[in-house]
Amino acid sequence: MNFETIVGLEVHVELKTDTKIFSPAPAHFGAAPNMNIHPTDLAYPGTLPTMNKQAIDFGMKASMALNCDVARVMNFDRKHYFYPDNPKAYQISQEDRPVGANGWIEIEVDGYKKKIRIERVHLEEDAGKLNHSDNGYSLVDLNRQGTPLIEIVTEADIRTPNEAYAFLEKLKAIIQYTGVSDVRMEEGSLRCDANISLRPYGQEQFGTKTELKNLNSFNFVRRGIANEVERQEKMLLAGEKIVQETRRYDEATGQTVLMRIKGSANDYRFINDPDLSDVVIDQDWMDRVRAEIPELPDARKARYVSELDLPAYDAHVLTLTKEMSDFFDETVNAGADAKLASNWLMGEVSAYLNSAGKELGDTPLTPANLASMIKLISDGTISSKIAKKVFKELAENGGDAATIVKEKGLVQISDEGTLRKVIGEILDKNEQSIEDYKNGKDRAVGFLVGQVMKATKGQANPPMVNKLLLDEISKR
Amino acid sequence: MSNFTKEDVQYYANFARIDMPDAEAEKYAARLDTLLGFSDRLKEVDTENVEGMTHPLAITNVLREDTPADVLNRDDMLKSVEDHEDGFIKVPNILD
Amino acid sequence: MVVNKTASELQSLLHSRELSVKELTEATLKNIKETDKSIQAFLTVTESEALAAAEQLDNLSDDQRGGALFGMPIGIKDNIITQGIKTTCASKMLENFVPVYEGTVTEKVKENGMVVVGKLNMDEFAMGSTTEHSAFQKTLNPWDLTRVPGGSSGGSAAAVAAGEVLFSLGTDTGGSVRQPAAFCGVVGMKPTYGRVSRSGLVAFGSSLDQIGPITKTVEDNAMLLGAIAGADYRDASSSEKPVPDFKKSLTGDIKGLKVAVPARYLGEGVQPEVRNAVKKAIGVLESLGAHVDEVDLSYSRYAAPTYYVISSAEASSNLARFDGIRYGYHPADAKNLNEIYLRARSEGFGEEVKKRVLYGTYALSAGHHDDLYERAQRVRALIAQDFQSVFADYDVIVGPTSATNAYKLGETIKDPLTLYANDLLTTPVNLAGIPAISVPCGFAEGLPVGLQIIGNHFEEAMLYKVAHAYEQATEFHKQTPPAQEGN
Repeated sequence: MNFETIVGLEVHVELKTDTKIFSPAPAHFGAAPNMNIHPTDLAYPGTLPTMNKQAIDFGMKASMALNCDVARVMNFDRKHYFYPDNPKAYQISQEDRPVGANGWIEIEVDGYKKKIRIERVHLEEDAGKLNHSDNGYSLVDLNRQGTPLIEIVTEADIRTPNEAYAFLEKLKAIIQYTGVSDVRMEEGSLRCDANISLRPYGQEQFGTKTELKNLNSFNFVRRGIANEVERQEKMLLAGEKIVQETRRYDEATGQTVLMRIKGSANDYRFINDPDLSDVVIDQDWMDRVRAEIPELPDARKARYVSELDLPAYDAHVLTLTKEMSDFFDETVNAGADAKLASNWLMGEVSAYLNSAGKELGDTPLTPANLASMIKLISDGTISSKIAKKVFKELAENGGDAATIVKEKGLVQISDEGTLRKVIGEILDKNEQSIEDYKNGKDRAVGFLVGQVMKATKGQANPPMVNKLLLDEISKR
Repeated sequence: MSNFTKEDVQYYANFARIDMPDAEAEKYAARLDTLLGFSDRLKEVDTENVEGMTHPLAITNVLREDTPADVLNRDDMLKSVEDHEDGFIKVPNILD
Repeated sequence: MVVNKTASELQSLLHSRELSVKELTEATLKNIKETDKSIQAFLTVTESEALAAAEQLDNLSDDQRGGALFGMPIGIKDNIITQGIKTTCASKMLENFVPVYEGTVTEKVKENGMVVVGKLNMDEFAMGSTTEHSAFQKTLNPWDLTRVPGGSSGGSAAAVAAGEVLFSLGTDTGGSVRQPAAFCGVVGMKPTYGRVSRSGLVAFGSSLDQIGPITKTVEDNAMLLGAIAGADYRDASSSEKPVPDFKKSLTGDIKGLKVAVPARYLGEGVQPEVRNAVKKAIGVLESLGAHVDEVDLSYSRYAAPTYYVISSAEASSNLARFDGIRYGYHPADAKNLNEIYLRARSEGFGEEVKKRVLYGTYALSAGHHDDLYERAQRVRALIAQDFQSVFADYDVIVGPTSATNAYKLGETIKDPLTLYANDLLTTPVNLAGIPAISVPCGFAEGLPVGLQIIGNHFEEAMLYKVAHAYEQATEFHKQTPPAQEGN
């Protein structure tokens, strides 16, 4: 029997506000334990939540970018459960009237395009952090308690692990473009759970699903789903029943394993939080937030292809992060050839960042100096080979490409007289090669070009060398 | 008429994390019965098309600017914590 | 003696510096020590803090000494947060809880130059109407030491009635300021929901709770409310409505006032002597030029069950934070996390609290949420609408505050009609979020009776106007309980 994989994702994204969603304590990653706390975060008796306007704006912005309907009226509900990272024993969330609903994003994967529907986007507060130890204790840090989150819940539209991966990549790009989150999985500002079930092809009804947690990278999401699908398939084929349960992905073994959850039977007993008012969003508010959303990856991608004649692949890679895409746009705006800029960013620049473990913003490289370097290539001042040296200098120490070229004497030699002189000297020393060439060994030209480049420390203009070399040989 | 068995009481007490041995549960079952019996009167009221009142005042959009304030001193906070270590609040592991 | 003077008498002595704040504070503390041996209103007397505050106030120059409340001692119900001073909610759960933060109301009290002399007894977490549900002590009614002071703000009412302080703060979720004020023969105001910040008030029913002043006189009450009312950035449910100068409404003139008396308020279950006292009071209002009609508030008969569902549901949510981890009762030698939860909450909470938490948990759980909790919210809307239709034609609604005089200690009211009448009188006001005041209006079997005056949203000034006119036309507020007579 063949089974169809059904996956829905729940993605939590931390919003990049200065303060928490319901208290004015600072909300940023990396503070010493329990330093970013307000009496409200401790759930001290007599304290009350106060709503952060920026968090509402960010929730709206993300919802709009994900093509959701944004609520005209929303409210916050209390969701009750006991846990040491949840001081009030309720989480303030949105159950009935979430900020966004009925959205979608389009993914492109394995050669096809597909829309993944988003059921809802709701705002809520994050819980604190529990550090489990081996000595029987857990240590509670409430810095994260109250950090604003949006939870993005997809419809069960995802059919393959690759689709899940593509969805997350696209979601991350969109959210990152809106500027509402850093979306860094390694810092926990993006977290993902997957609901996975199988059904025989043709069957309408969904099978029993399991929830997969602890997916710490997009790759683990892909592998975790694949492994869980495999596990369920084996069970179904063996006539076993799938049990609705929570599992986690074990990175070491590549398997999903059952999670022990104590007192898992719960009843969240939602109530509309009497401490917080409804939020009513009028057209002006809606328009203001919409105006703040920058051009999103799909629109940019289309523009790169249609206006800049970039290949679709280039457009995709360049738009994966806003930082890269912005850098590309500015480089082109500063006068660089688009395809050359794309080649450089996707090639040399990315390779450099990867090996140096840096991000674009961490280097002295700017769109202006990259563009000036690319212009030097375009106008023949430097060769691509020389440009690599210039780039290294720019990436490490910054500065102006033209100045570097001048100071280091890296200008391409395009003067015919100079080149003919060098070529003459090389030919004098390599009679045998001329002979070989005349006897039909084309390879000999390559050798001679190499000798010329070597003699000019790589600065000779390669196309001119080729042309002049043949010309000089023919004279002998 | 008894709506609450002691098992019922124990079921709800578990959500509220209140310890409920059998003897106690029976006592509370009787009390909850009284309260619940009392609430039966509400069924007389025709509440169709009535919107529930969640807030006594129709106040909307009470929002705060995104500016940090009133941060709690950790040492002050830890004064009331029975068990702590290196600035963390210490609790027994969840899975015992 | 200083402690028998009125607030305005004390104010002029303080103003002329014939009396220092420290002297007044010392005399007050001494009197509390003496009187509270029998009344047991205070859970904590903050002697050193009060004296330190008094000295600071005495050191202020004349132009820094503001307001009519300057130097006045005040007692605070123990479910209102006081920074650096134990705040127990009369519960074992918070027996040793010393807040490291301040609430808005206590901040305002201090800004007005008042001196906090202690924390007052109450029913645990404000759940009850006798103050007998305190985990620590029983407060006695100064008019009759075999009776309760009412509740849950029993300590706050008894302390004022016994002359220990002229001002106190209580909290009112279903009648907890008004009923003890009535039982103890003092003035108690439950302001409009949102009039006074709830920041610092330990939540019981968040959509019902309000802090309210308890005083000897209407004028004192108006001054104290004026000092603590107003919008607060820390409480999103507090109202931006400007706070009027309540004293300006104390004109004594209520000619043409339109008064509504719901028939049910004087119906079955109301003690005959209470009914008579209230009828006489209504007569006084008429003699002052008010026009009185009987009206019907039919949905109020559902107020009690509605109130129990909503207040218990909210309580089950609000009291979930008491888990023994960050503060509060921590069971010794708990072996695992669940044991901390279970034991902290089972040993830390009293029976009444546990009962309501259980009921609220039930009302919110799957299968009952719609039929119980949401239904109650819909009935609540109808109760509130009922009041609006009366206030379309009337300025105030009057009736008794309580169906009976103060209960005997340990007495359980079994008569369902009395129980029903009691809940009918105070809880609808909280459900509707409107203000109401209780003023002394006579005696039933030698014990005080309260006249309740209910107004529309943010009409506290109107309530003070009527209450003051009535007070000035009668002598009841001048009577003092026998427990005080020796002083």
